[in-house]
Amino acid sequence: MLDFIQQLVSGIALGCVYGLIALGFVLIYKATEVVNFAQGDLMMLGGFFVFTFIGLVGLDYWLGFLFAVCGMAVFGMATERILIRPILGYPQFSIVMATIGLGYFLRSVAGMIWGTDDLKIETPFSTGVLKLGDLVIAHDKLSVIVATVILCVVLYAFFNYTRLGTAMRATSENMLAAYYMGIPVKRVVSLIWAISAAVAATAGVLLAPITFIHSNVGLALGLKAFPAAVLGGFGSIPGALIGGLIIGVIETLAGFYLPQGWKDVAPYVVLLIVLLVRPHGLFGPSMRKKV
Amino acid sequence: MRFVFKTDYNQDIKLLKHGGYWWSYGVLLAVMIAAPYLVGSYLQSQMVFVFIYAIVGVALIILTGFTGQASLGHAAFLAIGAYTAGFMQSKGIPFIVYFPAAAIITGAVGAMVGFPALRLSGIYLVIATIAFAFIVEEILARWESVTHGNEGMRVRTIDLLGQPIPRDGDAFYFLCLLVLVGSILLALNLLRSPTGRAFIAIRDSETAGKSMGIDLAGYKVKSFAISAALTGMAGVLFAHKMSFISPEMFTLLLSIEFIMVIIIGGAFGVHGAVLGAIFIVMVDPFLTALKDDVPVLGASLASSLGMSPEGAGKLRETMSSIGSAAGLKGAIYGLIIMMFILFEPYGLYGRWLKVKLFFQLFPLYKKATFKRQKTYVKSERNR
Repeated sequence: MLDFIQQLVSGIALGCVYGLIALGFVLIYKATEVVNFAQGDLMMLGGFFVFTFIGLVGLDYWLGFLFAVCGMAVFGMATERILIRPILGYPQFSIVMATIGLGYFLRSVAGMIWGTDDLKIETPFSTGVLKLGDLVIAHDKLSVIVATVILCVVLYAFFNYTRLGTAMRATSENMLAAYYMGIPVKRVVSLIWAISAAVAATAGVLLAPITFIHSNVGLALGLKAFPAAVLGGFGSIPGALIGGLIIGVIETLAGFYLPQGWKDVAPYVVLLIVLLVRPHGLFGPSMRKKV
Repeated sequence: MRFVFKTDYNQDIKLLKHGGYWWSYGVLLAVMIAAPYLVGSYLQSQMVFVFIYAIVGVALIILTGFTGQASLGHAAFLAIGAYTAGFMQSKGIPFIVYFPAAAIITGAVGAMVGFPALRLSGIYLVIATIAFAFIVEEILARWESVTHGNEGMRVRTIDLLGQPIPRDGDAFYFLCLLVLVGSILLALNLLRSPTGRAFIAIRDSETAGKSMGIDLAGYKVKSFAISAALTGMAGVLFAHKMSFISPEMFTLLLSIEFIMVIIIGGAFGVHGAVLGAIFIVMVDPFLTALKDDVPVLGASLASSLGMSPEGAGKLRETMSSIGSAAGLKGAIYGLIIMMFILFEPYGLYGRWLKVKLFFQLFPLYKKATFKRQKTYVKSERNR
């Protein structure tokens, strides 16, 4: 039984990682209906930024964290301005392909600049564990869980209760109508990319002690976070977290109880089944136009 | 300037619209048939890869370009075709049986993938095909009695009715050319038939198509099945060309490469598949040239412009170190995708059409002819 609970806890920690990355997907999708396949790579880039600030420049952890997040926010805005804005309004698939291209590009360039070795940084969470009775949770995983929950709550409140959040929801509902209502749609889209890149950077920094910093880390985690976002029904912030938790727990339990090989496939099998039953994910709207 | 005067409805769906087509495509075919005797063995082998990629490109154009269903899982269909060939060949089944059998099996799997596609659209469909591809990849790695798992599998030379067809010989080249021409004709004829028109109607508007009495479910499944079957055939050729197959050859990156083929070529016409395949396959030789020839060329150019020998040597070093940097291929791929989507969304074939139209209309060409419509009212959730 303790085994099971321990596995469950590490599954939840992993799920929070996926949820954190999935949040970035959901934010951009929610505001612009663009699916950003390069989200994992933005996270990877955030990790490299923080490595540069802390490991190379020698800044304090929290200061480096702040710089990395701000740097990535600017980077996200620049990406939106250069790559996304000219093609906004064209078929969704071409935008998806553009972000896949961006991911390719970022991975290779990061590999060229920072090398292909695993990089490590010292963080306040790198060592130490929290003991609850017989349960053991490492601090680095705990930091991910806490950060994910905080970010989820903050972003949920932001979208539902602030003026800017409402503007973003209006933009996602109908860009043209939002424009007529006086919402500066272009700036809103820019901002959402900045926020999303900042969330990705946060994920990258928090994951640095767990997965290390490596140019391919974004691809591997991004592809797992994707089912999480879809499972939660792409446009829903709590959905991203819950989808992430489901994927994380399934993956960990499948790795522990099922024969080898199931660990990597199980999330996708579950995803396919869920999509068959509910084509818009668990928390997505179930509206469907009928003829 | 030629003006085709239409006097008959059948002229609209003719394969060869006018006499000029006979000439241009006849010459192209003649060059393709003569090519093995003209080019070196390396280029010939690259051309075989172009043909295989182009077959997959045609398959994707039927699915994505005509029916409007995106797929990032075509590497899995290729894998199924390749493994069917490998397994059946090892059981002693002849080529003329397992070649169509691979197409049928892959087509059946494609139809199975098509069923979820009935309910999914847009991004959810892309994810579902990615998930499918992952599952296939994992099955290939684990089902060791059939696929030999991660060790991979040797595929022997094709034996066509007692005649061996070695993978780098002329006969293999002609076989691939034959399959490519066949699949192009299939795609073109499909477009002329009610089935193809139904595909296009589904792409343009599902709602309108359904209102006109088009059976959405049936046609979507058909489109998936045809596309998968073609890819399966390409898989058989791919397996024989590589002579060794293993699960890690059929990853998501290969699927992305296939999508790149039609994005670069242009997804709205079959020409695009061939042009895109040429582009993608030739990126590799181009990179090799970048590594080997360009630095030497650059250095000699610099020294002829009056640079000191040491300076030229240093320049050569820098250029070759950039050319051989580890991730250069990925960076170039990424740049190519982004550039095409930003600046030439119709792909190479679109560019060709624009140039052609420019000369046809000479002083009257205007850019706005090809301007795409932007639609900002587009919440998928209410569609």
